Amino acid sequence: MSSLSIKVQDLSKQYRLGQVGTGTLKHDLNRLWYSIRGKEDPYLKIGGSNDRTIKGESDYAWALKDINFEVKKGEALGIIGRNGAGKSTLLKILSKITSPTTGEININGRIASLLEVGTGFHPELTGRENIFMNGSILGMRKWEIQKKLDEIVDFAGVAAYIDTPVKRYSSGMIVRLGFAVAAHLEPEILVVDEVLAVGDAEFQRKCIGKMKEVSSNQGRTVIFVSHNLGAVASLCETGLLLQNGNLICVSDIQVALANYASINSNDIKSLEEVNFRGPLIPFLQFLKIEINNLNPFKESIHISPENEISIELKIFSSCINPIRITFSIFKEGLRLFSLHDTPECVFQKGNFISKFSLPAFLLRPGIYTVGLGAYSKSDEWIWDDNVFDFEILSIFDEKNEQKNFGIINIKTISSAERISN
Amino acid sequence: MRLENNTKSEWTETIKSKRSFLDLRFKEIWDYRDLMSMFVRRDFLATYKQTILGPLWFIIQPVLTTLMFTVVFGNFAKISTDGLPKILFYLAGVTIWNYFSESFNKTSTVFTANASIFGKVYFPRLIVPLSIVASGLIKFVIQFALFIAVLIYFLLKPNSQIHPNAFALLTPLLLILMAGFALGTGIIISAMTTKYRDFSYLVSFGVTLLMYATPVIYPISSLAPKYKSFALANPLSGIVETFRYGWLGSGTFSWGALEYSFVFMFVLLFIGVLIFNKVERTFMDTV
Repeated sequence: MSSLSIKVQDLSKQYRLGQVGTGTLKHDLNRLWYSIRGKEDPYLKIGGSNDRTIKGESDYAWALKDINFEVKKGEALGIIGRNGAGKSTLLKILSKITSPTTGEININGRIASLLEVGTGFHPELTGRENIFMNGSILGMRKWEIQKKLDEIVDFAGVAAYIDTPVKRYSSGMIVRLGFAVAAHLEPEILVVDEVLAVGDAEFQRKCIGKMKEVSSNQGRTVIFVSHNLGAVASLCETGLLLQNGNLICVSDIQVALANYASINSNDIKSLEEVNFRGPLIPFLQFLKIEINNLNPFKESIHISPENEISIELKIFSSCINPIRITFSIFKEGLRLFSLHDTPECVFQKGNFISKFSLPAFLLRPGIYTVGLGAYSKSDEWIWDDNVFDFEILSIFDEKNEQKNFGIINIKTISSAERISN
Repeated sequence: MRLENNTKSEWTETIKSKRSFLDLRFKEIWDYRDLMSMFVRRDFLATYKQTILGPLWFIIQPVLTTLMFTVVFGNFAKISTDGLPKILFYLAGVTIWNYFSESFNKTSTVFTANASIFGKVYFPRLIVPLSIVASGLIKFVIQFALFIAVLIYFLLKPNSQIHPNAFALLTPLLLILMAGFALGTGIIISAMTTKYRDFSYLVSFGVTLLMYATPVIYPISSLAPKYKSFALANPLSGIVETFRYGWLGSGTFSWGALEYSFVFMFVLLFIGVLIFNKVERTFMDTV
């Protein structure tokens, strides 16, 4: 028992949907009436699971339902799940920002949560004053901050500006200062939300590095939430997977990530809903799209980096001019590259199939968006930027190394030799 | 609740869905005392940064209010001031009243105004209203210094009818009472506004109405007997009257009125803390 740092039992959290209005007062009075008579809250029995796409009949929904898990001392736990799975709610309850509807959490040690960088910074106060402000909000005593002031200023790299109001700081400096304060807290349990991921790659690496140091070297417990599965995989040994407020599994991080990959996404549109634009719309229909023989409109696509990616399209065309199919791969709004049917295979009227393939280990882990369309020689076109998404999983081996930052992998030929002593 | 009742002591903290009404965690507030002093410092430093007159603004407001009262209530309406110089009479009332009204106004919006911080990090929420009442004290001291300066000016005038007396020493107690009232009513209102914004509309004109119901611009002695009992039912009346009685030597004083204020304040504050303590745990869901 003493090696446990957190124990969560039967934790649930219910939210009321819709607006707060006169109906709320009625429910409140009703609830009060039940509690006076010593009965259970009548609204706890109702409420659908938290599936945002289906409109439930009830005014209440469970953001978390019957969650049980334990975290050992010194363990780094990654919480993963789609948007709305309940990750933030769980963090808020752990951070005591809101309290659970039922259940309890036992904690061993001081807990500090970083749901935001630089909470309580006041723009008119100087960097130094804000270090004290932010540190006190996070629960540090004044002398603790005083003792670490130099280290914090050093870590943030803002020594020259320390007596300048933070409203004159660049946004990067504010983030660095905020994280520096937080990084020098010394809680037994550190809860970190992905908001830490603001900032450039260099800064993110510094954050992850600091958290690794905290968990593995100093034996502190870290609970980490992120959409960046690569960061979760590299920092955490255990993964906790949530879906629609339910706990799917608590297991080895790789197992949890694989389970995550198999969860179907709720927000997949259908092929008919894709918003193609352009003069060719009446003449060209995409009948079927498959990626690695899977239909991206039926399930979410998660591809291991070691697999080739093949995209197959079935098209009906009534175009007069020969057309070429084209598609682009986007990551975070940046167009990485575009591919086209070879000039020889031109299609006019009829049904046809078009195939593309990308080599294995080309794309690095992350979410990619496919833009798709066609064009004719006389510049008629049809196009949409956002037809479907797929994910390259964060599985790392020698061909897909974690330390290769960037979007794509390339083969490098390099040599190094000593030329003098 | 569960199996391991005997191992409970191993945990340093337990988060539960329900907490006892009386589990007020004063020790935790004490642990965060540095945060409170930071908030007070921030309020003071940040309010008047990038202004030319700086802390002078603390003085300008009561001066203008007093002048306005002197003209409107003293000269136009000719309300009695118990034979005291009008300016001094109104300044005394404004000084002690401002401390209440400012603290009350600010504490009544604690949850809504600080939702962004409260949503990101935990600390005992009561720290914020406490720091508001404490930083109001700094402002009071500055305004009080102004009052004393004006008082000395009138004392040095020949034939002055002003007689400061030993009851002036009750001022710290009066401040504690005012702080308690502002804190108590403020946190009740702020707890209510998290769900029902209706209460915030009440505050803005409620404070003004309350001022007219308190002997700030008139002495209790000027009231007809049938209104007097109403005025005395207001627990703030005794505080304002005592303040004026101690420093200016006119008006009424009774220990009974002060005792009444004290009991009233204590009950109000107790209810306020209980409600606040309950609301702070879930207000992020409804604010």
